[in-house]
Amino acid sequence: MCLAIPGKVVETYDQGGLRMAKVQFGGITREACLEYLPETKSGEYVLVHVGFAISRVDEAEAKRTYQALKELDQLNELDAPAVDETEAADDPTVSRLIKGSNGNEIP
Amino acid sequence: MKYLDEYRDGDVANKIVAEMRRIQTRPWVLMEVCGGQTHSIVKNGIDQLLPEGVELVHGPGCPVCVTPLEMIDKAHAIARRPDVIFCSFGDMLRVPGSDGDLFTIKSSGGDVRVVYSPLDCLKIARANPAKQIVFFAIGFETTAPANAMLAWRAREERMTNVSLLVSHVLVPPALEAILASPENRVQGFLGPGHVCAVMGYSEYIPISARYKAPIVVAGFEPLDILEATLMTIKQLEEGRAVVENQYSRVLNQTGNLPAQQLIGKVFEVSDRKWRGIGTIPLSGYRLREEIAAHDAEKLFDVAEIVTLEPEICISGSILRGIKKPHDCPAFGTLCNPQHPLGATMVSAEGACAAYYAYGRHLKPQGADALHRIAPAAVHAAPVNGGRA
Repeated sequence: MCLAIPGKVVETYDQGGLRMAKVQFGGITREACLEYLPETKSGEYVLVHVGFAISRVDEAEAKRTYQALKELDQLNELDAPAVDETEAADDPTVSRLIKGSNGNEIP
Repeated sequence: MKYLDEYRDGDVANKIVAEMRRIQTRPWVLMEVCGGQTHSIVKNGIDQLLPEGVELVHGPGCPVCVTPLEMIDKAHAIARRPDVIFCSFGDMLRVPGSDGDLFTIKSSGGDVRVVYSPLDCLKIARANPAKQIVFFAIGFETTAPANAMLAWRAREERMTNVSLLVSHVLVPPALEAILASPENRVQGFLGPGHVCAVMGYSEYIPISARYKAPIVVAGFEPLDILEATLMTIKQLEEGRAVVENQYSRVLNQTGNLPAQQLIGKVFEVSDRKWRGIGTIPLSGYRLREEIAAHDAEKLFDVAEIVTLEPEICISGSILRGIKKPHDCPAFGTLCNPQHPLGATMVSAEGACAAYYAYGRHLKPQGADALHRIAPAAVHAAPVNGGRA
């Protein structure tokens, strides 16, 4: 679980005082915090670890690393359930499982 | 797939190995630090491609593996409380404590949730004001920025129902402990790439100089590992010992400064116990006094829990590069991914679990055979947590 996963930033926004982004990993999009790379723009590629962008990479590096992680079966971090604020009182591990990441190609 | 070719090109791999053969004059023992690197090495049979006399031993860089058993027991004691929603990264759910794992607690009514980001705990806390939300904050430096942000936001937003059970460990003190041991065999390191993406690699320079051990910060793809191995051998053969960066396409010497700043505001360096190894001085983080209101260990009175580890397990020697999984009489028999006895079997990134997943408990295999059996073996061995 110590490896970061590359994805493409598709949208940036502020939420509750934090710089956030939608990041595309293969076929799925997840939220990531940009506080540690605040100048990141849409269209750029970042390494994301447990919901935080920690390093910028170029597109070629992102695609290569994504594929390498997929082969190592190291993308399961992305399978963790999303927590929706309004529904967080429900148990998300049961009710809000999202689609698995394996088998998807990075766009 | 043009991007892939460059980093797994068989011709390039052969050239690197040929260059190792050309320059090598004596045996060398190198350690890859990161569990992701270990996994990649075993999966791709990289250790079996290397020239005879170049040995890779597997380091302590798997955070799930080195989280001490008694910390798992503390987590379980908190997770069993009816007033608690216990949040964790998926990898920790299957790690057994003295009595079951977090899945067992969940199935017997405990509210245990897998989160993608530590920040998810804030959302859960706002939606459940009558519950205490406790996050199991484990990891190396790669994970520290995320965990630090949860603690910082909980403090800034004056949230009274969010706390962290912290078990954070640091790579440089572990390398120093390995090098300082009288039993040490390791002469050079492949450094952990994504840890250094956060922290940079300045901290490694005095360690490399003091112990005359080359440290080459490396990625985890097959050619990254081969290239870094060559760079390390080259230094050793030339009598040099410096820190080099094989992974410059991802990181630089400085690392991520905003992340380091917040880590410094939230955490302070403290002694930490490592599963299999024991206490290493100043080898981890604890929450600073200013964040004590969010320290689960203080809030839930679990500081007194002490757990001993099974005596038969040799994971401590494996994590320090002194032994290999095959040296253990329990490997693949008494100890397997379903019933791990110790650190290196509890997560897919541990050396024993990686050897097991790729069939090395069965019989000696060549690199090609490993490639053929790998996919089936991966699916047969449910060593990956995180799939709640």
